[in-house]
Amino acid sequence: MARWQAKLKDWLDWFRQQEWFSGGLKTVFQKELADNLSSTRFTILVFLVAVAGIGAFYVAAQSIRQTAGEGDPQFVFLRLFTTSGGSLPPFITFISFLGPLLGLALGFDAINGEHNKRTLSRLLAQPIYRDDVINGKFLAGLVVLALVIMALGLLVAGLGLLLIGVPPTGEEIGRLFIYLLVTIIYVAFWLSVSLLFSLLFRQTATSALAGIAVWLFFALFAGMLAGLIADGLLPVSEDAAPARVLHNATLKQNLSRLSTTTLYDEATVTLLNPGVRTLGPVLVEQLEGAIPGSLPLDQSLLLIWPHLVGLIAATMLIFALAYYFFMRQEIRAG
Amino acid sequence: MAGQEAVIVTRNLTKHYGSITAVQDLNLEIREGEIFGLLGPNGAGKTTTILMLLGLTEPTSGQALVKGLDATRHPLEVKRIVGYLPDNVGFYDDLTARENLLYTAGLNLIPPAEAEKRVALSLDQVGLSNYAHRKVKEFSRGMRQRLGIADVMVKDPAIIILDEPTLGIDPEGVREMLALIVRLAREGGKTVLLSSHLLHQVQQICDRVGIFVGGRLLAAGPVALLGHQVMAGKPLEIELQAEPDNDNLFSALRSLQGVTAVERHGAFIRVRCAAGRDIRPELTPYLAGKGFTLLYLRARGYDLDDIYREYFQGEGYHGTMAG
Repeated sequence: MARWQAKLKDWLDWFRQQEWFSGGLKTVFQKELADNLSSTRFTILVFLVAVAGIGAFYVAAQSIRQTAGEGDPQFVFLRLFTTSGGSLPPFITFISFLGPLLGLALGFDAINGEHNKRTLSRLLAQPIYRDDVINGKFLAGLVVLALVIMALGLLVAGLGLLLIGVPPTGEEIGRLFIYLLVTIIYVAFWLSVSLLFSLLFRQTATSALAGIAVWLFFALFAGMLAGLIADGLLPVSEDAAPARVLHNATLKQNLSRLSTTTLYDEATVTLLNPGVRTLGPVLVEQLEGAIPGSLPLDQSLLLIWPHLVGLIAATMLIFALAYYFFMRQEIRAG
Repeated sequence: MAGQEAVIVTRNLTKHYGSITAVQDLNLEIREGEIFGLLGPNGAGKTTTILMLLGLTEPTSGQALVKGLDATRHPLEVKRIVGYLPDNVGFYDDLTARENLLYTAGLNLIPPAEAEKRVALSLDQVGLSNYAHRKVKEFSRGMRQRLGIADVMVKDPAIIILDEPTLGIDPEGVREMLALIVRLAREGGKTVLLSSHLLHQVQQICDRVGIFVGGRLLAAGPVALLGHQVMAGKPLEIELQAEPDNDNLFSALRSLQGVTAVERHGAFIRVRCAAGRDIRPELTPYLAGKGFTLLYLRARGYDLDDIYREYFQGEGYHGTMAG
């Protein structure tokens, strides 16, 4: 036991020494953090997301107040985030749609921008490890995104308390925090996508456009494309066998789950709406005799566990790719 | 002045980019305290060599040693003692000059109080004190280049590598830049390696130069010795101007003993001597006796101008030189 602890202590000492010797990560991180927070594009985007989010939330609060007492009184607090009021879509839809833009904006010029400003070779000629640069940039972006999302989520929650006056239950707070956490992971995915593009394309405009193209594809077209492919592989006529219809629906859903946006949407809906009991197709006979009710938090989490794993894996995979390309990139001044 | 210990050594350093050979079997030794000029045309492999010395690019084969450290295996230790000014250096435009330098200091783990002192001192030495709090985007090319030198000085390295430090700045700026480099080397006791394709500018300050063409080091040594090395075994050529400049002058020159060819090159007449012969002592009285007045006389091949032409201009010239 004592030996094992001594080994761990040695390793920790070694690790700290390594960090200290380089020290690059901390410096790069601090500078990137300051850059991100003071940049104009960041201000504009946060403003956009905040206005959209708070607008959607306010409308939702109004409609909840109007219908107060009519329906199910459970989880009123969470409904602030999922209720759409009139012309505005709900808060979670806004975040799902605009969140990626935040991630893309923070990373699309991370590396090629340094290249074009001709600062990369000067930076790498300093005594730092090469991965300090990309790690520092990613971490700084991640911290900024986490700050924004947490701040926005808590702001909305606080306003909700004032507007509807119903205090959240412990479970609701738990669900809200997990929702915000999942959102951070999702936006981090887009940050790593934009980092990757900033390595693959030398022009910042090209990498920004590529990022936006992927974002639009995932947000708008991936679902349609999944339907198209599923219908092509398993055509469903009007008098098709029920088994075939079921197959078609399952295939469609699985295909669309290749898009991280679908994963995120399914995960957040399940989190913020405890009434969601399943994400796949449901047969009438399965509903027979079922008692309507909401899932406890751990069951909701179990339902979306694969989604969370998928999101984290996708984020890590894309970042690993970016890391690989960055480490192998030739540093030519020209 | 210059010590004898070699601080930068390369052994058969070679770099291929696919099928292109950027650097081929480079063997270089740079001694402590000297200013070494790596001279060559664009695309000769100078920047590649420098990147290999800093461990930023891996050599295909061979070794680059800086103070005995292999740059590929110990890049961090090497980068700690080497200051590098890249070709066409860039800064973060939205930060001030001071902030840019403080970032460098931070990356070098210089404590904040010490960093402030060093930044102020470096900016003062390159004459940018008044611009310390200006954003770099307002800076001219020459100011950026000087800021680049300050950036290197903040780090206070033992070895300084400058890639094309005088490129793109006006003559007055070049003069100041060269004076700054000399001061760094002589007063600071630094070893300086600078690359350039502008020989005229750097020949004044370099202790030794290496001529680098097509990835190969063709010759290395003090400028004066290099001339002899280049022209060794070649017949002497004399450039002259005389009055009256007419056909009689040509025939007079041709009839002089030891002359093998007389050609006109622009305003000058070029006279080639037989191998091993120098007609200069006889030339003046000879021409005077024939009624010509000598206006200009110069032996070609012993200054950098000619070395430059000999090595840099076109591949075709090498063939005739070897033949």
